[in-house]
Amino acid sequence: MSFLNHLISGISLGSIYAIIALGYTMVYGIAKMLNFAHGDVIMVGGYMCFCATIYLGWPAWAGIALAIAVCTVLGMAIERLAYKPLRMAPSLAVLITAIGVSYLLQNAALLIWGSSPKMFTSVVGGQPIALFGGQIMLAPVTLVTVLSCLVIMAALVLFTGHTKMGTAMRAVSEDKGAAQLMGINVNTTISMTFAIGSGLAAVAGVLLCSAYPTLMPTTGAMPGIKAFTAAVFGGIGSIPGAFVGGILLGVIEIFAKAYISTQLSDAIVFAVLIVVLLVKPDGLLGKRVSEKV
Amino acid sequence: MAMLEVTELGISFGGLRAVDELSMRIEKGGLVGLIGPNGAGKTTVFNMLTGVYRPTDGGIRLDGQNLVGKKPHEICKMGVARTFQNIRLFSNLSVLDNVKTGLHNEITYSLAESLFHLGSYRKKERAMDEKAMELLEVFDLGNVVDYRAANLPYGKQRKLEIARALATEPKLLLLDEPAAGMNPNETAELMETIEIVRRRFGVTVLLIEHDMKLVSGICEYLYVLNFGRLLAEGVPGAVLSNPEVVTAYLGE
Amino acid sequence: MLQKFKKYAVSRRGRDSLLCFGIVLIAYIAVQAAIAGGALSSQMKGLLVPICAYVVMAISLNLTVGILGELSLGHAGFMSVGAFAGIVATTALAETIPSAPLRLAAAMLVGGLCAAVAGVLVGVPVLRLKGDYLAIVTLAFGEIIKNIVNVIYIGMDGRGLHFSLVTQNFTLEEGGKMIISGPIGVSGVKTLSTFTSGVVLILITVFFVLNLINSRAGRAIMSVRDNKIAADSIGISVTRYKLLAFVISAAFAGMAGTLYAMNFSTVTAAKFDFNTSILILVFVVLGGLGNIWGSIIAAALLTLLPELLREVGDYRMLIYAILLIGMMLFNNSKLKRRLMEQRSLKQMEKLEQAADGKEGA
Repeated sequence: MSFLNHLISGISLGSIYAIIALGYTMVYGIAKMLNFAHGDVIMVGGYMCFCATIYLGWPAWAGIALAIAVCTVLGMAIERLAYKPLRMAPSLAVLITAIGVSYLLQNAALLIWGSSPKMFTSVVGGQPIALFGGQIMLAPVTLVTVLSCLVIMAALVLFTGHTKMGTAMRAVSEDKGAAQLMGINVNTTISMTFAIGSGLAAVAGVLLCSAYPTLMPTTGAMPGIKAFTAAVFGGIGSIPGAFVGGILLGVIEIFAKAYISTQLSDAIVFAVLIVVLLVKPDGLLGKRVSEKV
Repeated sequence: MAMLEVTELGISFGGLRAVDELSMRIEKGGLVGLIGPNGAGKTTVFNMLTGVYRPTDGGIRLDGQNLVGKKPHEICKMGVARTFQNIRLFSNLSVLDNVKTGLHNEITYSLAESLFHLGSYRKKERAMDEKAMELLEVFDLGNVVDYRAANLPYGKQRKLEIARALATEPKLLLLDEPAAGMNPNETAELMETIEIVRRRFGVTVLLIEHDMKLVSGICEYLYVLNFGRLLAEGVPGAVLSNPEVVTAYLGE
Repeated sequence: MLQKFKKYAVSRRGRDSLLCFGIVLIAYIAVQAAIAGGALSSQMKGLLVPICAYVVMAISLNLTVGILGELSLGHAGFMSVGAFAGIVATTALAETIPSAPLRLAAAMLVGGLCAAVAGVLVGVPVLRLKGDYLAIVTLAFGEIIKNIVNVIYIGMDGRGLHFSLVTQNFTLEEGGKMIISGPIGVSGVKTLSTFTSGVVLILITVFFVLNLINSRAGRAIMSVRDNKIAADSIGISVTRYKLLAFVISAAFAGMAGTLYAMNFSTVTAAKFDFNTSILILVFVVLGGLGNIWGSIIAAALLTLLPELLREVGDYRMLIYAILLIGMMLFNNSKLKRRLMEQRSLKQMEKLEQAADGKEGA
């Protein structure tokens, strides 16, 4: 039964990675940039919810709403101020800027909230549900996390596939110039993508801190990198890919911790990523792009 | 023995048959044209000849040696050099360095000599400089050697690409639309240069071209591709008046 | 003689060498003078060797990112390999080579060699990938190296070296000594690195990297950067030269790692993480891709910057971040582009005039 318990915590962690990866993949698809600040938006989301529920005594749902609102605005602001001026610049310049933004968010958080970890109270209360006579314990937050992930992924698939804005996003990610000629407002579309991605980061932040309750200025960094790995794993730019990649990554990580070595779990996760990319250089569900000679 | 012998060459991409049952023969020192409407598969033939694509069937022999299954850089060492339809220069290197890079396998010294600048480094570099200058003079590029390749005007970029290809001392030179984007004056000049190159370097030339004036002016023999298949072959006069060829180019 | 020197100094190659060696030597003399005059605070003195190590790291990463044109996000991994291999080497060689500078040199060679081997192991699979995928896999390898070094246990006693992974499964004889003990890392190392040795390593790195750039192999590497398909078509083995550049880059990172580690009495694997890789990348990009003297200046100044910002206390990293973003925005702004265009226009005119002059004569 410990196997099932590990599987459940793997899926739970994987769902969080998947939510972050979904945001990552959308931003990458449209802006073709590695947004290293994405992980730090998660951290901001966590702190927002923390402040609202602990300092202001707001109910959990209001804390989540505040986190989403702040992160959405933050994401759009970052895009507008730091990335938009660099749209024509070489990708490395954008990457370094994203790193700058990441430093900025981390150090701003350090100044505001200090370096000592804050204990986050889970937004989902209640006792764990015992199954099979107590052999499997299912925490309510696990259920909420997995469900949120499924709902978000389904909503995104519908949104990108069936709405005008979603179509615009796909068009812009395919070819900015052509999309503009077709009358699509590229700036608005990119801005919207960052808004959605950052809103998702906020959700992920709250869920992450509910499951792993220590909150620090660097809380988002490693999950951010792992989620990006998950997005690449599944095929970057692909929404189902990010979902599959996230879940798999979470499960592999928990299994590696449980059965092989806690200290080497990250190494194992990354090793799996490398093997997958060597076999399928565009990720599990990615599209093959070859250069025309 | 023929310089290039292509027998029943074919390639498929998924379900698409891009080139089918193509046979060609070019004698040593020949100047042959490969023509055909857009999308006929001409560049695909070049890509198979240079190892960028691996043909699904058929054979390619250069001076008797098999080329199928070899990597592009190996094929170059065996004596095939090419230019590209969309010019591919080393845009951040100087004009001189572009040609010197072409001399990579002609004038060599070891990695240790590269790192320490000892031994024959100086002598070999000087030899490279001289050889490269010689080639650049042929193409009238001697006065722009220090330019970044990307900063050259279009016509000069095309010439530089040919000079770089010649630096590899090929037996067979493949030119992919050398006159594309040139005005009539430049084209005329280019025709002259190709003639000079052929005589001076004793190289066999196969070229893809749309400019019929150029093709009929310098090519001794033509192969016409249409939908990946050989439509006609022969001397330019006969081929260009062939009604099937005219139809293929102009449509019904 | 003077004529010859002038000609050398205006050529791109001559200018680069003069700038690189000049900057390093002048900085060295200035720092020595400042130390002699007592003008350097102890914090600043403590930064001297790390600055040298970062300069070498930046030059070596520039070889991968600027000259070869592949983005690497795991360069600190090679630094780590060099650091720990170097520490093991100095401990093992303590009696064989009593002279400290010689032992440091030997340790650097071992560190560089081990990092080069790691470079081959990482490079062979990684270099088959393209662009961002390649970048993310180098990141992954950097993390893997960090994780593995984190669980290495090495000890030495009368019977020789002992080694184990994950848990320490050997016991040392009396008088034996742990060299690396897992996550605790290394402690109690006798520091060997000095500012002078750091500067010597920089000079050696500059010498080899500039020589490489101005050679047959260097041109081949740059041709791969500019156009892989064209490079292949003129007989250059793309895989071979990619790997060559990557491995040389890893080797110098390894030596920088040894230099860095031998400056501290305690070193842990966590020091060489993703953030360090990124830090080095920032030096390279701000110094200019492919620009070696730019890397030297950027690495030195940006390592000093937080120290110089010490006055603003807690705000220093915040200001660092804002400066970083600001510099990137300025570098790619319309204003900067207009300035650059004017400059290159002038250069073009000059070249054309020179060309006309030649033709006229």
